[in-house]
Amino acid sequence: MTQVAEPQQALNPKLIVPFVNSVRNVFTTMVGVVTTVERPTYKSGPAVSYDVSAIIGFSGQVIGSVVVSFQMDAALKLVKAFAGVDLTADSPDFADAIGELANMIAGNAKKDLGATASITCPSVVLGANHVIARLRGVPCVIIPCKTPVGDFAVEVNMKQTD
Amino acid sequence: MKILLVDDSKTMRNIQKRTLAALPEAEFVEAGDGVEGLAAMNSSGPFQLVLVDWNMPNMDGITFVTKVRETNKTTPMIMCTTEAEKTRVIDALKAGVNNYVVKPFTPEALTEKVQQTLQKAKAA
Repeated sequence: MTQVAEPQQALNPKLIVPFVNSVRNVFTTMVGVVTTVERPTYKSGPAVSYDVSAIIGFSGQVIGSVVVSFQMDAALKLVKAFAGVDLTADSPDFADAIGELANMIAGNAKKDLGATASITCPSVVLGANHVIARLRGVPCVIIPCKTPVGDFAVEVNMKQTD
Repeated sequence: MKILLVDDSKTMRNIQKRTLAALPEAEFVEAGDGVEGLAAMNSSGPFQLVLVDWNMPNMDGITFVTKVRETNKTTPMIMCTTEAEKTRVIDALKAGVNNYVVKPFTPEALTEKVQQTLQKAKAA
């Protein structure tokens, strides 16, 4: 069966740039690592697999979600730098720390979106090769981020409402 | 000094504790949401300072502040949140917070806001 590609909508920089700036700000201020943000691209499939993801939902004049995803080794090192203690992946405090990082990225970006929106409390998913469903018909942009202790990605899947 | 930390993230409460541990005789009580925060206000107070997050399950920070201010006009309260829009700051001040700290914050920024708030409360 031939799979029909989902039509891509134009990338709206107003919805992406705030997240790029927020990632840099959060990781420099709270984690103490300099983050190099690479060129955002459309996510066309599951692509790279991750082990840990934190999800924040948006509602209001923008709807959708932002997902911050890590491979486990990077997540453990970044959480140690953020929380100030070594945490194992099965500790509830590990998920708490990952969720709080995503919360700060989303909240800090929200003020620059030029729209009134509310964010949800974070949900955290752990598990190798997990897949997170996204809004259909809404472009999903992946922002690759590199740090000296490991890489991660921010996926922005949102649109402005009418 | 007895300080109540109301935030659903234990990691954030730990960061706040580390940052404020240098305050004179700092003693911390922790709550994971507004409901626990109100219970702590009643059972473990009086507090000399309250730090409260905005987005939390069960009861958010703005509701917590509003409820506290129905009976307590004096305890200094600082909203410590990712919510950074001007309208949110205004809403929080109207509800009764004395100061506002946007996450992410440096230890120096949080300490400065806390010192400002305590000095104003002392002078009042």
